[in-house]
Amino acid sequence: MKNMSHIISILMENESGALSRVAGLFSARGYNIESLTVAPTEDPSLSRMTLVTSGTDNIIEQITKQLNKLVDVVKLLDLTEGPHIEREMMLIKVKATGEAREEIKRLADIFRGHIIDVTGSSYVIELTGPGEKIDGFIQALDGKAIMEVVRSGVSGIARGAKSLKV
Amino acid sequence: MALELTGAEILVRALKDEGVEYIFGYPGGAVLHIYDALYKQEDVKHILVRHEQGATHAADGYARSTGRPGVVLVTSGPGATNAVTGIATAYMDSIPMVIITGQVHTSAIGSDAFQEVDSVGITRPCVKHNFLVKDVKDLATTIKKAFYIATTGRPGPVVVDVPKDVTANKAEYAYPKKVALRSYKPVVEGHQGQIKKAVELILSAKRPMIYSGGGVILGEASKALTEFTRLLGYPITNTLMGLGAYPATDKQFVGMLGMHGTYEANMAMHECDMLLNIGARFDDRVVGKVELFSPGSKKIHIDIDPSSISKSVRVDVPIVGSVGNVLGEMITLIKAARKQPDKAALAGWWKQIDQWRAKDCLRYDHKSKLIKPQAVLEKLCQLTKGDAFVTSDVGQHQMWAAQFYKFDKPRRWINSGGLGTMGFGLPAAMGVQLAHPRATVACVTGEASIMMCIQELSTCKQYGLPLKIINLNNRYMGMVRQWQEFFYKGRYSHSYMDALPDFVKLAESFGHVGMKIEKPGDVEPALKEALKLKDRLVFMDFITDETENVYPMIQAGKGHHEMHLSPERELA
Repeated sequence: MKNMSHIISILMENESGALSRVAGLFSARGYNIESLTVAPTEDPSLSRMTLVTSGTDNIIEQITKQLNKLVDVVKLLDLTEGPHIEREMMLIKVKATGEAREEIKRLADIFRGHIIDVTGSSYVIELTGPGEKIDGFIQALDGKAIMEVVRSGVSGIARGAKSLKV
Repeated sequence: MALELTGAEILVRALKDEGVEYIFGYPGGAVLHIYDALYKQEDVKHILVRHEQGATHAADGYARSTGRPGVVLVTSGPGATNAVTGIATAYMDSIPMVIITGQVHTSAIGSDAFQEVDSVGITRPCVKHNFLVKDVKDLATTIKKAFYIATTGRPGPVVVDVPKDVTANKAEYAYPKKVALRSYKPVVEGHQGQIKKAVELILSAKRPMIYSGGGVILGEASKALTEFTRLLGYPITNTLMGLGAYPATDKQFVGMLGMHGTYEANMAMHECDMLLNIGARFDDRVVGKVELFSPGSKKIHIDIDPSSISKSVRVDVPIVGSVGNVLGEMITLIKAARKQPDKAALAGWWKQIDQWRAKDCLRYDHKSKLIKPQAVLEKLCQLTKGDAFVTSDVGQHQMWAAQFYKFDKPRRWINSGGLGTMGFGLPAAMGVQLAHPRATVACVTGEASIMMCIQELSTCKQYGLPLKIINLNNRYMGMVRQWQEFFYKGRYSHSYMDALPDFVKLAESFGHVGMKIEKPGDVEPALKEALKLKDRLVFMDFITDETENVYPMIQAGKGHHEMHLSPERELA
């Protein structure tokens, strides 16, 4: 069986320690976490977590069952099972001097990024999109120009009118 | 306005309102307010152990033998860490327990204060859930939640960590009758469609096999299981955790299965065409090599925990629900069904099973001049009419007790199956004896295991617990020695228990009766004498044959059909 990447969206109690229960579960059972983002929802008693993991179908089935078993987890959904949207945000600091200044600005425009900080020798660019687009932008830049990369990890939501709510 | 109570008083009142009879604990700085509140009342009885591990095992034994949650109270730091082994033991076997751990002052948390440890962090992987109570106003509700979570769904231990200032602060006391958690709703009713599908498979089987586990005992479903099995006339095996769920003396019972299970149980598992797992979890000690496990069977699995299903063995019909409910529905469907089990096929299947049975796989040497451990347990079973509570530690003696003591009732066999905790037997027996003051409670142990919680002999003295300790003393960590003999060419690396104490004197020094039994002919008289001493703890030190091994045996990673019988009849 093949290892596939899955995006699991989790609605959980916004309690201290809830995040460590999820992280602890993954390390204790030897599952991968590729990325993880978490923040409170419009209801401050609930947090929404998006977790990217990979494994065979059996492993993913166990991961979702084990997550559901955590008392703090209210609901979860494997977004990969249906049509969904995923987005990731990156802040990237690059060297921008001489001719490269114009070149980087053009590249950022092509990728619909925004330059949000400018100094005489650097830019900070904000870029949002699916993971591959962000990977693509990093590839397109001259590696030596990259000073710092900060990625948010994937956030995801299912398409259509249905929603993951209490 | 309702009366304001301190957190400590609230805690004790909550335990009383929860119907708690005993708590097992050990005082210390962070829980002194709670101990003071305990001192001022008489409803909740506190049992002072000699080490916090003993408290958790005693509460565990109490829970296993009654079905009611065991309750533990320990202090912060080392109190909590000492309790961890017992918490993990309960977690692995799904035992309902509530453990209250003291914690340093809320303002000192995170400052590396004296006797501070992150109890919630340390226990997280081995509890069903845990709480840190930061506000006295939340205390009563948290206790209620803890009991609710511990005792419902798949049961398990729940830790409540209570900082010292929370036990001193005051709040109004109101104990909620019920709690509902939006994030915790265990499924207890099985899916109708799945149950129908399962019944169809069950009734179509030619070579059926029922394999039931600890879930039947935890779910109080022994009666339903017995009715169900007798209705069908099918063979049944129990796991180590499930012994007593179906009467062991019944002819449909083919013994325990797994690594040291009977030949007939394991062969039937291997050859069956329909396997019904009721409240067991396809543990690796039962299954052996997954690829070789019961290759020709359609599989049905009833479990209250969805994550147990298809964790290691894929099944054809999974049913999530409490075993009692599901079995009840199945019984109704089977009684109403036009289709009935294929009698001719079943008769042929039983004939095959009886041939396996005829190998008499548990046979041992009765003529030995040395005491055979099996003989001691057979005699114990006979003299107590199979109706004693038997706790055990971990190792060879545990397997022999499981093989040779015939449990006809649930909650009589108390052992650490999942975690395999040496040191469990004696403190667990204390909890059992407190819950059943007039019953015979035997602790089957070995000279290595008993040393791990030997200090609890002092607790037994303090509370007058008349346990019967059966120490099968072979001067080795027997199971380790057995594996070293089989798999390490007899290099007995550190498995010899040198410098053992004189157990008779040791028992006497704690105020108990000690006996040393060295000849096979003395076994029965000694057991009889010990059982007569109804109000005394008797420590029986049986000097047994050190070369005896547990048979039959399936090596780890082998299939059920690759069993080894004892060397006298060994084939492969």
